[in-house]
Amino acid sequence: MDGSESAERFGFSEEDGICMTTRAFERYSGTDDYIASDDLKQAVNMSIVLGRPLLIKGEPGTGKTMLARSIAKALEMPILEWSIKSTTRAQDGLYVYDTVQRLHDSRFNDKDVADISQYIRLGPVGRAFDEEGQHVLLIDEIDKADLEFPNDLLAEIDQMKFTVSETGRIVVAKVRPIVIITSNSEKELPDAFLRRCIFHYIAFPEATLMEQIVRVHFPNLEDRLLAQAMARFYRIREVDGLRKRPSTSELLDWIQVLRAAGVAIERLESELPFLGALLKNEKDQQQVARWVSGNEPSRFNG
Amino acid sequence: MFTELFVRLRAHQVGVTLHEWLTLIEALERGLIAPNLTSFYYGARAILVKREADFDRFDEVFLELYRGIETGEEVLEGVLDWLDDPKRLRYLSEEEMAALEGLDLDRLRELFEQRLKEQTDRHDGGNRWIGTGGTSPFGHGGFHPTGVRVGGMGRGRQAVQIASKRQFQGYRNDIVLDTRQIQVALRRLRRLVRQGRQDELDVDESIDRTCRNAGDLELVFRAPRRNPIRMVLLMDAGGSMTPHARLVSRLFSAASKGGQWKSFQSYYFHNCVYENVWSDISMQESTAFSTTQLISEATPQSVLVMVGDAAMHPGELTERFGSIDYWHRNETPGVEWLQRLRKAYPVNAWVNPMPERWWNASSLYLIRRLFLMFPLTLLGLDDAVTHLRSQPS
Repeated sequence: MDGSESAERFGFSEEDGICMTTRAFERYSGTDDYIASDDLKQAVNMSIVLGRPLLIKGEPGTGKTMLARSIAKALEMPILEWSIKSTTRAQDGLYVYDTVQRLHDSRFNDKDVADISQYIRLGPVGRAFDEEGQHVLLIDEIDKADLEFPNDLLAEIDQMKFTVSETGRIVVAKVRPIVIITSNSEKELPDAFLRRCIFHYIAFPEATLMEQIVRVHFPNLEDRLLAQAMARFYRIREVDGLRKRPSTSELLDWIQVLRAAGVAIERLESELPFLGALLKNEKDQQQVARWVSGNEPSRFNG
Repeated sequence: MFTELFVRLRAHQVGVTLHEWLTLIEALERGLIAPNLTSFYYGARAILVKREADFDRFDEVFLELYRGIETGEEVLEGVLDWLDDPKRLRYLSEEEMAALEGLDLDRLRELFEQRLKEQTDRHDGGNRWIGTGGTSPFGHGGFHPTGVRVGGMGRGRQAVQIASKRQFQGYRNDIVLDTRQIQVALRRLRRLVRQGRQDELDVDESIDRTCRNAGDLELVFRAPRRNPIRMVLLMDAGGSMTPHARLVSRLFSAASKGGQWKSFQSYYFHNCVYENVWSDISMQESTAFSTTQLISEATPQSVLVMVGDAAMHPGELTERFGSIDYWHRNETPGVEWLQRLRKAYPVNAWVNPMPERWWNASSLYLIRRLFLMFPLTLLGLDDAVTHLRSQPS
């Protein structure tokens, strides 16, 4: 058996260091509007094949939510987005029993109120199980919810089924959905939950990757403007004591504003126009403005 | 060497469970991880490590285990081991097989050992059978930990190099407390008492009274529970504190957000407190705040927490004009100011970000006679809170 055969058997193409399976499963390799690093692609593919939820963390604005949409697009699957709020309960993701509607209907006699099933509405998780075809299920910002929230979903995500207790109906997943979970680390997630996930931390993109990302969004961007904007951007990120360092999405906003306003490249060298697109905090803006004007305060004077 | 990763990760307090380990093996079996160290590094990390705080420990263990591979002895052992297991040879390419067939194993071994002796530096470049950057698993570039195949390392950065960058060091949690942990520790400082306007409905009492009234509704109001503690945080921002800046800023943000204090004040000082403290870390003239005023504002509900390494020249404490700032001529020695603070704020503690074993400078000795000192670790902070709670207020 020669090398290429064995490589194919294992699903790796010879040139690629990182996993590139061609036959075993549908592979994810980014989309034309989302650049994924090799390790991220590998994590996504592992999560798909192993049937484990993929937990994505990283600085705000590094494209955690965008990843799920990109996966859905690349694999041509419908996506179900479940945005978690502080009041969200795990039960809401499975189904909601609309008792108020039922009570309301009972007063007018125009529906059969004895049929409870018509008052059961499936939530995003329920729909991902129940509907035909494989879905991408995005559970966005899971850390926003109550501390126990992730644990409450464990059994359902593990077994891919749940029971609607009001009707006794058992909802079983026909195909295991691809589950993407994002977190901003506002709260620690429980161990039992973490054990079941594949974890990826989106590191802040380095300059070369960032350039690719910007290019994807602005294909006709002038080289000099890009170089100048990036240089300024990375320098601003290093200014001491910023409350919220600007990230990818802010850079993209900034470049868009710069282009729309037709800012001359020369101007970028001496000042920072439209700083508000990069920094959303007034103190941060002042700090950076002080740095631009040349007397950056040292952190400690001792 | 493979299982060793599991054992060592656990020894390094990365909470890897058997469940996760089996998942990794499944991933390897199903060909989800390409046979090279980079892919293995990322794959194993994604499956085994679930917190970015543990990434640095993973890097450490990974380095411990797989950096050694680059040194002569272990390379030799690894290769010999590999040669002993002929079934692994089927992963070789045709050319490699042809090259192999021309040599019997003993001859190959001999050749390998000889080459290894010749080569004392890193094995990159060239296309000799052993130790090349591109085509051998045992060079600088491309060893696969389970020793599966001879092949290209792939593009991109190499795993050992990535691990050796230790870029996740800043996320560790044994050195650095996270804000949440500090908040949890400080929460114990709360002393909830009912205070202020009575505008909260007391349901139990209302029901009780209504019943006694034979069903005639009677509403009872009470004051809501509040935390009367006034927190004063004084932080050293001197040069020797620079390495602890991040930690101290976390303590600051936890204390300012988490406590629900009646009031929260924070000031900075430089090495020791003199007649002024500063509300801003840059300690410019405009942000100065008189220490005397701070002392006069003390209430029985006040809690003073000093944060600093307490390491300075003893003269800065004991002498007139001792301040480290050359232009600053303090009439009253620092130690006197500290004494006044301590007297005004009897409920106090000193938190030191330096590890306890370094608490031996003479200035520390002086300060510890005035303030009880606690290390800025989870345990130390807990002790500090216990101490603060035990003080009468």
